[in-house]
Amino acid sequence: MTETHPISATINGQPHTGDVEPRMLLSDYLRHELELTGTHVGCEHGVCGACTVLLDGQPVRSCLMLAVQADGHEVSTVEGLASSTEDLHPIQEAFWEAHGLQCGFCTPGFLMTLVPFLAENPDPTEIEIREAISGNLCRCTGYQNIVEAAKLAAETMRE
Amino acid sequence: MKPPPFKYIPAESLEHALEQMAEHGDAAKLLAGGQSLIPAMNFRVLQPSVLIDLNRVDSLEYIESEDDGTLLLGAMTRQRDLEKSEAVEQVSPLLHEAMPHIAHPQIRTRGTLGGSLAHADPAAELPVIVIAGGARLRATGPDGDRWIEAKEFFEGMFSTSLRPEEVLVEVAFPPNSPGSGWSFEETSRRRGDYAMMGIAVQVELDADGVCKQARLVYLNAGDGPIEAEQAASILRGEAPSTEVFASAAIEAAEKEIDPLGNIHATVDFQRHLARVLTVRALEKAFARARAQLT
Repeated sequence: MTETHPISATINGQPHTGDVEPRMLLSDYLRHELELTGTHVGCEHGVCGACTVLLDGQPVRSCLMLAVQADGHEVSTVEGLASSTEDLHPIQEAFWEAHGLQCGFCTPGFLMTLVPFLAENPDPTEIEIREAISGNLCRCTGYQNIVEAAKLAAETMRE
Repeated sequence: MKPPPFKYIPAESLEHALEQMAEHGDAAKLLAGGQSLIPAMNFRVLQPSVLIDLNRVDSLEYIESEDDGTLLLGAMTRQRDLEKSEAVEQVSPLLHEAMPHIAHPQIRTRGTLGGSLAHADPAAELPVIVIAGGARLRATGPDGDRWIEAKEFFEGMFSTSLRPEEVLVEVAFPPNSPGSGWSFEETSRRRGDYAMMGIAVQVELDADGVCKQARLVYLNAGDGPIEAEQAASILRGEAPSTEVFASAAIEAAEKEIDPLGNIHATVDFQRHLARVLTVRALEKAFARARAQLT
């Protein structure tokens, strides 16, 4: 029997407790144990950015963190962005509006990267946006509409 | 699950970590930011049976300035915090300039200073920065502390002079003297990717505008950070000029570095990049040095 560790964390604003095997990655814990399958898993070695979540408000790769390390921290996933399907986050609205996604696999990672970025840089230049998303891979869009969506979101949120 | 099973020990303090290292010996690995170790474990390239996690050792996470201007950085300081720190910008503008080139924002929020140094990847930015910046590294072990000059720390591909029972705990950057200039340049296919070639330069001019000191250190140019000492000696004692920069660049790029080549860049292309980046870095560094003098 493998040893487990108790964890107590805040996930999308809700208190959560669990027992985890140390080798469980945070990305797998979110998806398989909590059924928060919005966090996508692409490369599982820190290259694609699809698994980006917020740890205490800062973007991290959830595939490069152990779930046990989330103990005592706040984790936010894409599921926490919108209160309902009727009431999307401005960044989600902007991705919709500007056609910032095609297959949608990479989208949660882009959203969770852009949320803290736009909070820190409410009026970014295109170069700053492109650098901010340099750690997220998209194989459909060619990034053009993702950049447009980020600009649109920044504009909306400044108003 | 990706990594094989291991015993997880969240260290409560540095002393606790040292005790656990002594107890578990070679079976144990220290976990800092995990941005290189966890991928290696996900691939099962590394299969440590014990992981000692330093992430709860808050005493290793700090940015402090000493009275004499020395910048003291705890080994567990996150790269993102270094990037945003005003103290870093003031005391070690070279480190400040290089930070945004280190991987992607999501990596820098977890990745640590000490983790990257101890990992000693030849393509990493921090090893060349600590050498060019003349930093010293402090290691702690069962016999107490010892300071290691940055250039003595790296011993080739993923190897350092840290002893198995030691932990890297602190990095000290000396303040720049008047007449100092610095520059960091690298070329990567995409911001944040491993650079095909990179250089950190730290120079010093005397009051007459003659080069007194120069350090040129290259990343992804051999089996560790490569310091071009001959190129530096070409610069020393000379007034900075296009001709001197060109000879130093050729010396470094053709004779001193030993790039390995990879799928993205042949050895010839890496040498070409080294030559171009050297001239660019020297121009910027000496311009800054001159501005400091006036």
